[in-house]
Amino acid sequence: MVAQNIAFGIIAVIMVVGALRVVTVNNVVHAALWLVLVLAGAAAQYILLAAEFVAVTQVLVYIGAVMVLFLFGTMLTRAQLGKEKQLNNPTWYFGIPASLLLLGVMILALTSSFGDEKLPTDSELVSTQAISDQIFGPYLLPFWALSFVLLAAIIGAIVLARKD
Amino acid sequence: MLVNQFLILAAVLFCIGVYGVIARRNAVMVLMSIELILNSVNINFLAFALRNGSVDGHVFALYIIAVAAAEVGVGLALVLLVYRNRKSIALDELSEMKG
Repeated sequence: MVAQNIAFGIIAVIMVVGALRVVTVNNVVHAALWLVLVLAGAAAQYILLAAEFVAVTQVLVYIGAVMVLFLFGTMLTRAQLGKEKQLNNPTWYFGIPASLLLLGVMILALTSSFGDEKLPTDSELVSTQAISDQIFGPYLLPFWALSFVLLAAIIGAIVLARKD
Repeated sequence: MLVNQFLILAAVLFCIGVYGVIARRNAVMVLMSIELILNSVNINFLAFALRNGSVDGHVFALYIIAVAAAEVGVGLALVLLVYRNRKSIALDELSEMKG
């Protein structure tokens, strides 16, 4: 249990620092690389939460596909890849009180409702078979809807990004 | 491990993402902040799946990953289209619909 807590602490610090760098750094490519760190940390947290299939999917889809999309989007929409001064809104400082207020409310609600409730320690890794039994059983209809969403997204992206 | 340590980590990441959405001017950076928000929701889903001993949270986390991938694809296509028409992806310059 102590080892898990230490691992959680290290990964959590890496994730929070990476996320802060994503929203503060003045270079889009660097922000994308910091985002890779946050996403990899999230995958590690999923493994700590006994969700290996979701962790592997996170690495495949986010770090593999979404980050490539982001880097392509950066390359296609910007003349220079260096620093840029105009990355923030003129009124960017309004975000600080808004997010701190939100964080305060959330932490207050979480501590008052969950306190120091512990996660079960004897749980096994959730098998991929159990997940697929759920997806292709009770959650089949959302799965179909999701495949239509992906189809629509693919067609929409092609139509939007076409030259003529 | 406490339930709350994962939930509070997710809350911190969520608020950092909200700050990014408010503060950033570049559309690609706003999309990255939205990715942070979606990831924090996934951490919440998996923490509650472990707490309740159920698989449903895993299913929803997978669905969120798929929807996020679709969202980034369409979002970046939109950004590309805006860039082609305006030569800029600064969000505060897109004010044609202002009343």
